Amino acid sequence: MNKIFAVAGVVIKELYRRKDFYVLFVLTALLTFAAGAVNFFHDEKIIRYVKDVCLLLIWVCSLVIAIVTTARQIPAEREARTIFPLLAKPVSRWEVIVGKFLGCWLATGIALVVFYFFFAVIASSREHTWPLATYLQAAWMQWSLLAIVIAMVMLGSIYFAAPSSTSTISFILVAGMMLVGGHLNKIALQQPEPMQSVLAVIYFIMPHLEWYYLSDFVVYNMGSVPWVKIVAATLYAAAWTGFFLVLAWVGFRHKNLTT
Amino acid sequence: MKASPFFILAGLATLAFTLAVKLEPEAAGWTQGQNSGNFLGLMFGDGRKLLANQFFTMADVYFHSGYYPSIFDKNSSEQKEIISASHGKKETEEDEKNEDFLGRPKDWIDAFGRNFKITTHTHLEHGNEREILPWLRLAADLDPHKIDTFTVGAFFLRDHLNRPDQAEAFLREGLRQNPDSAELLFELGRFYNDSAHEVDRARNVWELGVRKFLQASPADQKEDKLIFEEIVVHLAYLEEQSGNYAQAINWFRAAQKVSPNPGALEAQIVEIQKKISAKQP
Repeated sequence: MNKIFAVAGVVIKELYRRKDFYVLFVLTALLTFAAGAVNFFHDEKIIRYVKDVCLLLIWVCSLVIAIVTTARQIPAEREARTIFPLLAKPVSRWEVIVGKFLGCWLATGIALVVFYFFFAVIASSREHTWPLATYLQAAWMQWSLLAIVIAMVMLGSIYFAAPSSTSTISFILVAGMMLVGGHLNKIALQQPEPMQSVLAVIYFIMPHLEWYYLSDFVVYNMGSVPWVKIVAATLYAAAWTGFFLVLAWVGFRHKNLTT
Repeated sequence: MKASPFFILAGLATLAFTLAVKLEPEAAGWTQGQNSGNFLGLMFGDGRKLLANQFFTMADVYFHSGYYPSIFDKNSSEQKEIISASHGKKETEEDEKNEDFLGRPKDWIDAFGRNFKITTHTHLEHGNEREILPWLRLAADLDPHKIDTFTVGAFFLRDHLNRPDQAEAFLREGLRQNPDSAELLFELGRFYNDSAHEVDRARNVWELGVRKFLQASPADQKEDKLIFEEIVVHLAYLEEQSGNYAQAINWFRAAQKVSPNPGALEAQIVEIQKKISAKQP
């Protein structure tokens, strides 16, 4: 376990040494302040659109951080040939994969804490309330989703040639799953066979990332989700994360690192 | 020959200044009299109308606190409730049932997923209606010819948020962009009649609305028939309350020509005729 944490620690250090997070955070803060500064009909109590904009930016930024950081982990090690001294140590390939995953996941977790703290300060400055349970659920579910995404990108980075292609394909897949995934069953019903069956099968076997988007509960102050359901969704995310990590390990185990 | 960079810079600056002076008056004509100061309009061109529709829809989404059909759901193309609310329509139990676009869960994924989305049909109330205003403001900026944006915005400002001054300003802004709109004149008349209690101004504005309707093309008249009916019926009530019974009957008769229910209006006319008979010695 210590070896996994050692690998993860390097990834976290890499994130705070690079400028990605700082740039994205400053951009989020600036755009949120700009949105909040607009005066609509001289009403200073209007806040929901600011929350909406801020949460959208948090989602986009956290996905960018997660995907871009993960996509370059293994390819960068191979390109710089640092993978060889790493594997020459008593570290297995499974531990490298899990360590890299854990590092990326914890790093995005730290970023999420900063983002959500900023969001809570902005929202409470006008609403004068702290619905902490709702914020905590939204952040936790987002982090759970990022675990699936990071594991999926890790898998992609083993098979795709370059980090850029891994990132692009991952963005398209994640956006597709989040926007259309929950509606595939309805779309399937309107299609002729065999497309109907194909879409239905995809619907049942794909990870349902749309469950993890709780921003509407936060924006519209609609309370919180039952905790039992949050636990169930977390287990679902853990299962998919494990599935992708095992696939990534299988690919990495047989990977020829010299080519 | 080797030119100094300062000369080149000075030459380019002179050229830029000359072109700016030459083109600036012409550029004003390129926008065909539209408000060139509208930054969003300049940014998006005609595509802004699509965005305006999207923002108007966002106002309705906010009005329902996120409980809203997606393009994949059955009720996605129904009339927006903020419009029907602004026309004074009260929601019935049957309407509520029709708006249950989710239906029964189709499978376990659908059933479990509903724990993580908003599944209760609510409307903003207690002053929270203000949250739809940014989207209406943006929609109005992007497409100043979308009348519904101004009427809906003015309705919520006046009736729900107790901001008649802002409602009037928003309607006036709409009228500047759409001076021939009978619908905006109707809404402005309602503001004068119901909120400002300035009966004469309300009468003038509504009468102008009638004239605008009569000047419109037959196709536009067909589209605005309901608005015309609403204007003349309001005018009729206004005249009745002012004691101008004969004029009130004239307006009711005009309304009967376009009303889907002329019988109800006939009953109103009979009622007024009784008042006239009672007044006569």
